[in-house]
Amino acid sequence: MVVSRANNSTPARIPALGFRMLFLVFLSIVLMVVDHRFSHLQALRKVVDVAVYPLQVAVDAPFRLWGWLRHATVTRGELQDKLDLLENERLILKAELQTQAALRAENQRLRELLEARTRVRDAVRVAEIMAVYANPYGHSFVIDVGTRDGAFNGQALVDAQGVVGQIIRTALMSSQAILITHPSHALPVEVNRNGLRTIAKGTGEIDRLDLPFLPNSADISAGDLLVTSGLGGGFPAGYPVAVVTSVNRIPQEPFADVNAAPVAALDQVREVMLIFPSAPGPAADADGD
Amino acid sequence: MATDARNAGRLPIVVTVVVALLLTILPLPGRIEAFRPDWVALTLVFWAMLLPRNWSIVYAWLIGLFIDVAQGTLLGQHALALSSVVFITLRFHLLMRVFPLSQLTLTVFALLTLYQFLLFWINGVAGFEAPLIRYWGPVLTGTLLWPIVFSFLSGVRFRMQLRH
Repeated sequence: MVVSRANNSTPARIPALGFRMLFLVFLSIVLMVVDHRFSHLQALRKVVDVAVYPLQVAVDAPFRLWGWLRHATVTRGELQDKLDLLENERLILKAELQTQAALRAENQRLRELLEARTRVRDAVRVAEIMAVYANPYGHSFVIDVGTRDGAFNGQALVDAQGVVGQIIRTALMSSQAILITHPSHALPVEVNRNGLRTIAKGTGEIDRLDLPFLPNSADISAGDLLVTSGLGGGFPAGYPVAVVTSVNRIPQEPFADVNAAPVAALDQVREVMLIFPSAPGPAADADGD
Repeated sequence: MATDARNAGRLPIVVTVVVALLLTILPLPGRIEAFRPDWVALTLVFWAMLLPRNWSIVYAWLIGLFIDVAQGTLLGQHALALSSVVFITLRFHLLMRVFPLSQLTLTVFALLTLYQFLLFWINGVAGFEAPLIRYWGPVLTGTLLWPIVFSFLSGVRFRMQLRH
């Protein structure tokens, strides 16, 4: 009780409180403007991130433990089933790979004929998505790889099926990334069938991308696969992004209304691959077609 | 002796705030996520109301900055919203203490609305869009949960004081 009585504030403190608040409001506004307009505050973010990381690990730990427990208590039968499945899949993939090798050689020859730069394969690194809530406005996540492992801003993330998103902020041991469906995300893509280039914009819906800049006469139809074009330099070329789901040509509008569904399992992915482009920058990718 | 008691009095505050921060970054299934209450705001309002001396808007501001980094929002956004809410609480803590729970819950509703409105406003100025439910959801659940949070934290406070 003594404690609580000692804690009662006196009216004399009130003016100081108002002054302090005014100062904090001012400081907040300056911080927000600087943060929004310039990138000087990345360093401050990194410093605070050191304190955030332990909390993220603490929240992630039970999920990780659960995953580990489930992993550790699989029965022999389940393992056998999985093994059979993988064995089958491997056979099929191997068969496909045989034709791939021939194709790659052929591709290389043709590129040499065209005197285009040969495409080198990109290095990848697997990262796990931490079970941490990252952004109040959705479509972003935290992965357990940071600058210590070479992650960088704008780095492309893919899963087994296709492009997942890209890193927007790196810390020492973790990074924040946004999905390709994030409303402010746009990705240069091309139609795999004919090389038609356009931009795929995120919509804020987990299963829909918007292709806003295609004229009504564009040669595109439902079912077309969109792959990264490599233009813009951010993403390496040739990774599958989405499948066109609907093409709605509106005669009186200059652009058609085209929607696509991402091929990556955006809402259930648990592991992603970071792509380290082998050739530096956009120069190697700019030879799209 | 007095500082000892004061430092000991800080521990439960720190622990509850850390728990509130953990709840803030705990992942939730997509549908419910829009209804995640502002745990940190609720906790800070409680402590600011009952132990105004142990609490200061500068701490609230720093905790807000922490949330900004954890959630990738503009630096200063949550800091401003949180310190504003705590400022009002500190200003009127004597009044709020004598409110019956029903009236206090209404006050908390107003505070949470202000909190989300500031976030909404800053998002609007900066050009970030989010569905309105993202703003109203936390206010609704936060207000509904306030009586529970209040009695829980009162219990914590009561027990910690018994020990001294």
